[in-house]
Amino acid sequence: MSFKPSNDLLQFTPKGIWCAQADVYIDPWRPVKKALITHGHADHSRYGNDAYLATETAAPVIKYRLGDIKMEAISFGKQISINGVNFSFHPAGHIIGSAQIRVEHKGEIWVASGDYKLENDGLAEPFETIPCHTFITESTFGLPVFNWRPQEEIFADINDWWRTNAAEGKVSFITGYSLGKAQRILQGLDTSIGKIYTHGAVENINEVIRSQGFSLPDTIRVTKEIPPKNYPTNLVLAPPGALNSAWMKKFKPISIGLASGWMTMRGARRRKAAERGFVLSDHVDWKDLNKAVLETGAERVIVTHGYTSIYTKYLQEKGLMAQAAETEFTGESIDGEEDKKDTIDEISKSKP
Amino acid sequence: MKRFAHLFTKLDKTTKTLVKVAALVEYFGAVDDQDRMWTMAILSHRRPKRTVKTSLLRQWAAELADIPLWLFEESYHKVGDLAETIALVLPPAEGQHEASLTQWIEVVKSLDKKEEEYKKKVVVDAWQGLTYNERFVFNKLITGGFRVGVSQKLMMRALAQFEDQDENVIAHRLMGNWTPDTITYEELIRAENPLDDISRPYPFYLAYALEGEAENLGSPEDWQVERKWDGIRGQLIVRKDNLFVWSRGEELVTDKFPEYLPLADLLPNGTVIDGEILPFRDGRPLTFNVLQTRIGRKNVTKKILESAPVILMAYDLLEYEGEDIRQKPLRERRALLEKVLAENPTNDIIKLSEVVAFDRWEQASAVRAESRTQFCEGLMIKRLDSDYKIGRKKGDWWKWKVDPLTIDAVMLYAQQGSGRRANMFTDYTFAVWDGDNLVPFAKAYSGLTDAEFNKITAWVRKNTKERFGPVRSVKPELVFELAFEGINKSTRHKSGVAVRFPRMLRWRTDKKVEDANTLEDLKQLLEVYG
Repeated sequence: MSFKPSNDLLQFTPKGIWCAQADVYIDPWRPVKKALITHGHADHSRYGNDAYLATETAAPVIKYRLGDIKMEAISFGKQISINGVNFSFHPAGHIIGSAQIRVEHKGEIWVASGDYKLENDGLAEPFETIPCHTFITESTFGLPVFNWRPQEEIFADINDWWRTNAAEGKVSFITGYSLGKAQRILQGLDTSIGKIYTHGAVENINEVIRSQGFSLPDTIRVTKEIPPKNYPTNLVLAPPGALNSAWMKKFKPISIGLASGWMTMRGARRRKAAERGFVLSDHVDWKDLNKAVLETGAERVIVTHGYTSIYTKYLQEKGLMAQAAETEFTGESIDGEEDKKDTIDEISKSKP
Repeated sequence: MKRFAHLFTKLDKTTKTLVKVAALVEYFGAVDDQDRMWTMAILSHRRPKRTVKTSLLRQWAAELADIPLWLFEESYHKVGDLAETIALVLPPAEGQHEASLTQWIEVVKSLDKKEEEYKKKVVVDAWQGLTYNERFVFNKLITGGFRVGVSQKLMMRALAQFEDQDENVIAHRLMGNWTPDTITYEELIRAENPLDDISRPYPFYLAYALEGEAENLGSPEDWQVERKWDGIRGQLIVRKDNLFVWSRGEELVTDKFPEYLPLADLLPNGTVIDGEILPFRDGRPLTFNVLQTRIGRKNVTKKILESAPVILMAYDLLEYEGEDIRQKPLRERRALLEKVLAENPTNDIIKLSEVVAFDRWEQASAVRAESRTQFCEGLMIKRLDSDYKIGRKKGDWWKWKVDPLTIDAVMLYAQQGSGRRANMFTDYTFAVWDGDNLVPFAKAYSGLTDAEFNKITAWVRKNTKERFGPVRSVKPELVFELAFEGINKSTRHKSGVAVRFPRMLRWRTDKKVEDANTLEDLKQLLEVYG
């Protein structure tokens, strides 16, 4: 990646999104001295930085994932000043604790939104519109084919599927990222249908979230000691990386469901050979992406990870000053790269 | 339409044959004869003809979705399926249409030759009144491509179950030139004496590729071995002084091969021969390339007849003196075939596919090894006691192809696939070295696992040099071993060669880009095998 220094308040450098004036980085992908972290997903919150700053509700998971790091926590809306630049964190609605980072210097306001969604999912602090001059937005689902239905409808579909499987004596095996998607699915499940078992990677995050005071339905961690006959009619919640693993083999007869925005596409559903694809995403869909961009009032928009060049062109035609920026964020990947490492670690741990 | 859309969703959700067949049987029981008939037609590639240009559909969909056309096209590239893209971008349905599948097909057919404004009104009204799944199915009906993961065979099995009939009987009844407009369900499936369709072919029996060694097949005496001819599989029918030639794709191709016309007089009525439509001159086959120049042409000109003459290389007899003899063992059918051809000389329009004599499998293997110089693809091995089965069945018929030619090539361009492979880079263009330059010579898109395609997709995203619509040029870095069945001179390709049926044998992660083969290597292959 070529980097040309500019006078922009935030610049896209080979290490990450850099505020030169304050010498801090937002979600850096190479080690830096001071990292401001929007949320705990692995592509935004990486190892190796000297110091971390994240919201109070995001910090526990980041600490759990990155281990012994120098972490400071900040509450939503609180402003801090670093070398004359004001920083504040505002809800992004993506997962619990996820933030957009507002950066203000001499009256100029930038917002780096990380990953976000507008729908209130009942767990993540609901997205707030932050007026700004320059808005940095993801474009994971920045195509007009992605239009989410309200989560209640999706949960109803998931519960119907579980009920049918239970009646047929099957295990309902559903996948979603261990951080965020898994808890969102959990709170939408109808616990009267049966028990909920969890993959270790999911349960570890559940424990962190519960210890923060969030209430989640009761779950049982899958262990070697549990006889396989206990699983049928119940539900197993696992990260995408567990799909078709040796770990999955003990659940039978099985019906597999995948919860992801990518399940919109028939090709993706068929490629994953999932019996059911549930279209559920923690990112904005097409209409909400446009709504969010419009409501910030930003005259300049920088488009990152996703359908970057397409969405940039679309905004330009709408008369906005839009540009694409290269980052190493991945957004929601169809194969669950985001937390693959966790999953593999867990699988190797749980092997007999 | 609701039922059909529901059926489609069910079929799409599962990969399990039993579940698919059960869904079809249930559906056949729930709908009337007309809807059942159209479903059978759609699932056996007998679709109503396209009455609206897809360019118009794209335009209207973009308009309704309030997006620029280019954005619709980009979305289509990503989704990989036009019907699906349209269904996805349209705003939520407003009304509720209740029409049946047959009624919707009538609607689609009625649009033929109508004014554009009228077509638009009808299509937009349909979109606005249909749910997501119904819209998708409607778009499939109107655009023509209907791949639902249900083979014709599964449909026939379900229909046989529904009718409580033998599957072979159903399969035979469904052959031929019918459409729901020309025959009723009763006539096609249930009538005691099916309407005398003298053109109706028999279902083809297809061979599996031989797995492992030929020795494992047992005693050579039980087997008949022939060359595997490199043409088009065909079935030649003479009944009531008429000649019909069917290709394996169940396409009536009589008019495309006027060479065969005299056979209507030369062969006795009630004769059906299974064989290969083969380009042939001066006592030997020509390359498949030559035949390719004839396929797809509307008019068979005199020039083409001279440059690409065909014969029928006969290898089986399915009907003898008007009687279906498919249940007789191959050795008897073969004897009858030889008898028919001996008693009815055809001026070499038909040739008998010679049996390869062998006592030991090594001898057959030696014959197979020289296939390429004989313009053959390898050998066919058929059990002498076998009846003539329907479709692809294991056990009695095997194809034993020669090993493909191979070459190590460099990936230059990558393009996303469609359907199941949408959003993955699966279609590649390959090059070999010509001095310091890489010259593209082949495209391939099969042979790798999904896991490999995923890895390469991630690599392509990171190593794109330029984008040309859906195509990306990539850093010349990845080397693949390509396999192909044949090689020919080509004036259309920059490289000067054209390879036949190229596919990726393996991803050579052990090879560097400079280790790839050269154009000189390709030309040597051309010299030997071209």
